[in-house]
Amino acid sequence: MSATTQEPEAPARDNSAPAWRAVFDRFGSSGPLLGLLVLVVVLTVMSDAFLTVNNLVNVFQQISVLAILALGMTAVIITAGIDLSVGSVVGLSGVVAGWTFVEAELPMVIAFLAGLAVGALAGFISGLMITVGKLPPFIATLAMLSMARGLALVISDGRPISGYPDWFRDITRYQIFGLVPPSVLLVVALFVLGSAYLRYRPSGRALYAIGGNEEVARLSGLKVNLEKLKVYTAAGALAGLGGLILMSRLDSAQPTAATGMELDVIAAVVIGGASLAGGRGSMSGTLVGALIIGVLRNGLNLLDVSAFWQQVIIGAVIAIAVMTDTLRRRSKR
Amino acid sequence: MSVLSESRASAAGIGLVCRGLTKTFPGVRALDGVDLEVRYGQVEVVLGENGAGKSTLMKILSGAHAADAGSMTLDGAPYRPDTPRAAIASGVVMIHQEMNLVPDLSVAENIFLGRQHQRNGRIQYGEMNRAAAELTRRVGLTADVSTPVSRLSVAAQQQVEIAKALSLDARILILDEPTAALGAAESERLFEIIDELRADGVGFVYITHRLREVARVGDRVVVMRDGQRVAGWDRADVEIDELVEAMVDRTVDQVYPEPREPDDGELLRVDGLGREGAFSDVSFTVRPGEILGIAGLVGAGRTELARALFGAEPADRGRIVVDGREMRIRAPVDAISAGIVLVPEDRKAQGLVLGMSVQDNIALPSLKDVAQGGVVRRSGVKRLVDELARRLDLRGQPGQAAGTLSGGNQQKAAIAKWIPKNPRVVIFDEPTRGVDVGAKVSIYRLIDELSRNGVGVIVISSELSEVLGLARRVLVLSHGHQTGLLEREEATEERVMTLAVSG
Repeated sequence: MSATTQEPEAPARDNSAPAWRAVFDRFGSSGPLLGLLVLVVVLTVMSDAFLTVNNLVNVFQQISVLAILALGMTAVIITAGIDLSVGSVVGLSGVVAGWTFVEAELPMVIAFLAGLAVGALAGFISGLMITVGKLPPFIATLAMLSMARGLALVISDGRPISGYPDWFRDITRYQIFGLVPPSVLLVVALFVLGSAYLRYRPSGRALYAIGGNEEVARLSGLKVNLEKLKVYTAAGALAGLGGLILMSRLDSAQPTAATGMELDVIAAVVIGGASLAGGRGSMSGTLVGALIIGVLRNGLNLLDVSAFWQQVIIGAVIAIAVMTDTLRRRSKR
Repeated sequence: MSVLSESRASAAGIGLVCRGLTKTFPGVRALDGVDLEVRYGQVEVVLGENGAGKSTLMKILSGAHAADAGSMTLDGAPYRPDTPRAAIASGVVMIHQEMNLVPDLSVAENIFLGRQHQRNGRIQYGEMNRAAAELTRRVGLTADVSTPVSRLSVAAQQQVEIAKALSLDARILILDEPTAALGAAESERLFEIIDELRADGVGFVYITHRLREVARVGDRVVVMRDGQRVAGWDRADVEIDELVEAMVDRTVDQVYPEPREPDDGELLRVDGLGREGAFSDVSFTVRPGEILGIAGLVGAGRTELARALFGAEPADRGRIVVDGREMRIRAPVDAISAGIVLVPEDRKAQGLVLGMSVQDNIALPSLKDVAQGGVVRRSGVKRLVDELARRLDLRGQPGQAAGTLSGGNQQKAAIAKWIPKNPRVVIFDEPTRGVDVGAKVSIYRLIDELSRNGVGVIVISSELSEVLGLARRVLVLSHGHQTGLLEREEATEERVMTLAVSG
């Protein structure tokens, strides 16, 4: 700790911040967005195929499941929590929807709603374990990770469930204006909604206080447990939605789908400037974080980098992104 | 030759001498030509409002900052520590207000952290504990050295810090508001320890906001204001008014506003309130506009009573009646809707989210009230906060992090957040702890203003003069029992202290 940073007499230095900084700051913090832009420029130079409308839509398409999960995870992480179960819930919701349609022979709309509901229920149960059962979020959602994945395997007997109506596949395939699939529009809409929620709703503002200091939040009369329960339920429902979108893309419900995806999700949120200690994070930052991961994967594919090396590079990018952000933040104060 | 050795000897008696210390931060001159002498075997008291430059001065003495100009000598030799480690190696050790102990490690391990007694790479616990016991005896700590420090009281933890400093061969000890979190008896115990170490030749720099202890603990006094040394005495029995005048540069006529005659009726009635293991059978009433003081030693159950009234740790027996209606208070939410709010004793852990902006903190309890159609607008929050900041004379930018405000302004923010809820009863737990004199006066004025508006006020304080000065009636607690309820006329310091140690 450098003691100089705590000097109360020292005036704030960034009064004269240039206008572009203000634009970047709307995206949580300027670091991640700057990183994304650099990445885009580099990839544009290195590959002709990168900066084409089709490829960019493709990137969005590829990150839509990740982004939807990261949306819920951002809220959870702002409250100083974590949800490790989202990957498993993706698998479970798909399998439940698939089973409802194929085995129970109910209409696809019911199956869709069942998938969403089971995701929300999983999140709700995690929330109960955390608020009523007083389990640390890490443990509660680790338990849910195992339970949800196990149930997905039990229900499907470990086998994929396939064969869905056209409209369901079209969620990720149809191209509005011959270009953008509905699922991509859905992601954009959800991010606008989520961002507005955090910024303008009383309970959205409350999440920052809960993550910043839960005791202060409680003593200020906030319903801390209720807010947390809502956040985990929402994260679960979003994971359910993610499961349905993945299922639409694969045209099949895979019980092992999205195994380990929770780590990519956490990475996207953290690259986007959120703090695992809570109290800090934004939806726009998370979207940039998810895009960085998506653009990087896409670019490395275009450049013919092997999947093994991709993992190495993405790991390094996570470390560098969070480190530069932390260092910059510290020097700014 | 003999002249030289003689001058050395006299210099050695003086210890740490600072001349013309100056330190400038971008835009601010934090220290301006400050002189200070710390003699071995004496306590140099340093007074000043927050922002007067005390902490900058201490940081220079303890090696956290380097001075831009000026000189320091220790035992006559130049002293220029560039890190706290270098200062410690020279025997100058600072004990911070926020203690630096590892809660789950034992007393002995904390004392010797990083310097444990080892043989062949294994820690020799027996040897270490014996050495630690030697040190804890010197500072009067009775707890066993194998106890984890998390189980010790704040006072005992402080003794561990002092023992640790002694283990580092400290010859100059810098204490930053050491009594801020201590009760009267514990403070007296600390003074006794200081007396003993002083007799052993340890020199002290002693920072405090409690002017009443200056004469008890000090040998000499220095007052700082705006980065300068504005007054100094070679004795410590200086009149308190004289000290205050030097600190704030104006005369104090009336520190405590005269409590007003409360309105008729009964605003709050508490009947046989109790919580297992904390306090029992407490009964009192508060009339509209009345200020009730709660006195007692640390551990008497004052804070527990306040937290029970506010629902933070709900009572398990008794009744709380507001305006004739019995209230079921199980959580802070219930208390707030019943019109009872608490300004907690530890504003950093319980009053404010330090990393959040001042305006977000103030708006926290009122988010739903500020929202229009379920939408919280920044402009609405700003209007609310600007008005409150004006009313409470809260300095600082609404957008700055609450943790960067001075103690007094933090406390004002912790109070401001309740004003928009229009509370009926406001409980202040240690409202002026760690707050400078100027801010103290404005907090007293605020309490007075609340009572003039018909709000019932409950004030808990370890500073007896504060309770006696503000309150119209004083409730005394001892070991969790109510031992007295005194009218203003009968509430003398002696009466209250007698009741506080009885029962």
